Amino acid sequence: MITAGIDVGAKTIKVVIVKDNKVVAHAMNPTGFEPLESAEKTMDEAAKQAGIQRKDINKIYATGAGRKNIPFANHNITEVTADAKGTNYLLPSVRTIVDIGAEEARGIASDAAGKVIDFAKNDKCAAGAGAFVESMSRALEVTVPQMIEISHKSTKEAPINATCAVFAESEVVSLIHSKIEKADIANAVHDAIASRVCSMVRRIPIEKDVALVGGVANNSAIVAAMKKHLGVEVVVPEKPEFVGALGAALLAAA
Amino acid sequence: MTTEFYRWTENTWRSPDIDWHKAETIVAGIDVGSVSSQAIILADDKIYAFCNTRTGSNSPDSARKALSIVLNGTDMKLENIQFIVGTGYGRVNIPMAKKAITEIACHARGANYMGGPAVKTILDMGGQDLKGIHCDEKGKVTQFLMNDKCAAGTGRGMEVMAELLQVPIVDVGKMSLDVKEEPEPVSSTCVIFAKSEAIGLLRSGWTKNMVLAAYCAAMAHRVVGLLERIGIEKEFVITGGIAKNIGVVSRIEKELNIKAMPLKPDPQIAGGLGAALFARDLLLKSKKTA
Repeated sequence: MITAGIDVGAKTIKVVIVKDNKVVAHAMNPTGFEPLESAEKTMDEAAKQAGIQRKDINKIYATGAGRKNIPFANHNITEVTADAKGTNYLLPSVRTIVDIGAEEARGIASDAAGKVIDFAKNDKCAAGAGAFVESMSRALEVTVPQMIEISHKSTKEAPINATCAVFAESEVVSLIHSKIEKADIANAVHDAIASRVCSMVRRIPIEKDVALVGGVANNSAIVAAMKKHLGVEVVVPEKPEFVGALGAALLAAA
Repeated sequence: MTTEFYRWTENTWRSPDIDWHKAETIVAGIDVGSVSSQAIILADDKIYAFCNTRTGSNSPDSARKALSIVLNGTDMKLENIQFIVGTGYGRVNIPMAKKAITEIACHARGANYMGGPAVKTILDMGGQDLKGIHCDEKGKVTQFLMNDKCAAGTGRGMEVMAELLQVPIVDVGKMSLDVKEEPEPVSSTCVIFAKSEAIGLLRSGWTKNMVLAAYCAAMAHRVVGLLERIGIEKEFVITGGIAKNIGVVSRIEKELNIKAMPLKPDPQIAGGLGAALFARDLLLKSKKTA
């Protein structure tokens, strides 16, 4: 049995191919302005990586913000369901999943089988999503990887409200003017995002283990800030941005 | 040099027929907002001069700049001003002000002066916040609601959109009304997401005018949501920079089915004007007790 999961996110499209319960391919591309073209391309790349033809794939499940616009998918499932399934496969002991994507963040409570018990999400506001990190890195005139690196070197707390990504940009500019270290500003930004995400996640019961998934899970500064705010250890699976696509592929095989 | 599309027109005005030397009281109000700053000088109970300028990186300098602009070209000196009240986001940091008063109280007082005792509901659309204010016939605040946590519906949000579409901000309103058919409003609340949405709309063939129409409509809708929570009583006025954007104002009026009473000489000076009126009250009170 060969199945594929395609996660059409706000910023990137991810495809995972699963063959007999083993992952055989991961592919990712920017969503861009022609999501369908990008989806086709990502599917082709994943099939090539798996050494198969696309027609060899028995079933395709779509997830993500653009999941309903994938004509070649047999079915579509919500990101919440996909995240719970994908995380359960990679980290079976996890009961609380936090997913931070480019434009959305979710907190999911799952059972031992990877089924969703409860969830909370924010998709209305960029403060508390990946888009915030990117706009702050532009304001700081550093790349996102540089911003993460300097953030770990911070020694002081910087005063930042950062309830809104647009306002935070002006705040960052005035902090730079008043000679606050970029490292401290970067750290304050990561802390602000984590704090916002955590207050949303607290709407669901938090049970150990806690996993962070989604593209922002690759940001080690946010992982550290999440640990601080939640007061528990936070685990990150390998390739956290593919968890949704993996969950979709696994559910297609079920 | 790159064009700064977000830049709105800074303006100054001086009364052609007031001789301030003859006035008994000379007072000023300075409103240091998050985006714009105003200084207003009253000669007795009349507006002698005002200016409207961009807020700089710190409040004291922004207040000094506004004052020097408003005094420029007059023979009035800072020493001639007997009392100064500061207001706005930076009000606690205005060194020449003897007192700081919240912008909510000042906006109501200023709107009452410009619009008269019939003014009951004030919508202040500022650079970084939105306020709905109710006041009595004397301009005293009876109730208010504000949002200062989110850029949606604020001047900053509009600046971001003007920059994105490379349209001078002063042309946004007019262009947004120049569409064959009113499009669906932009669906994203967050300005950051609205930006991506706008780029997508342009890519799908929408004209800049249509995108502006969709954004102005979304902004109007958001503001109406806030206003409906406190209720609207006539007369209704709009203050702040967005009051000058006909694209947003006309859509708010349409959604509320009520006309906003126009404020003269300038809806953006309401806060500073209110501060100046409070300065006059305080000066007269101190003269009485002295």
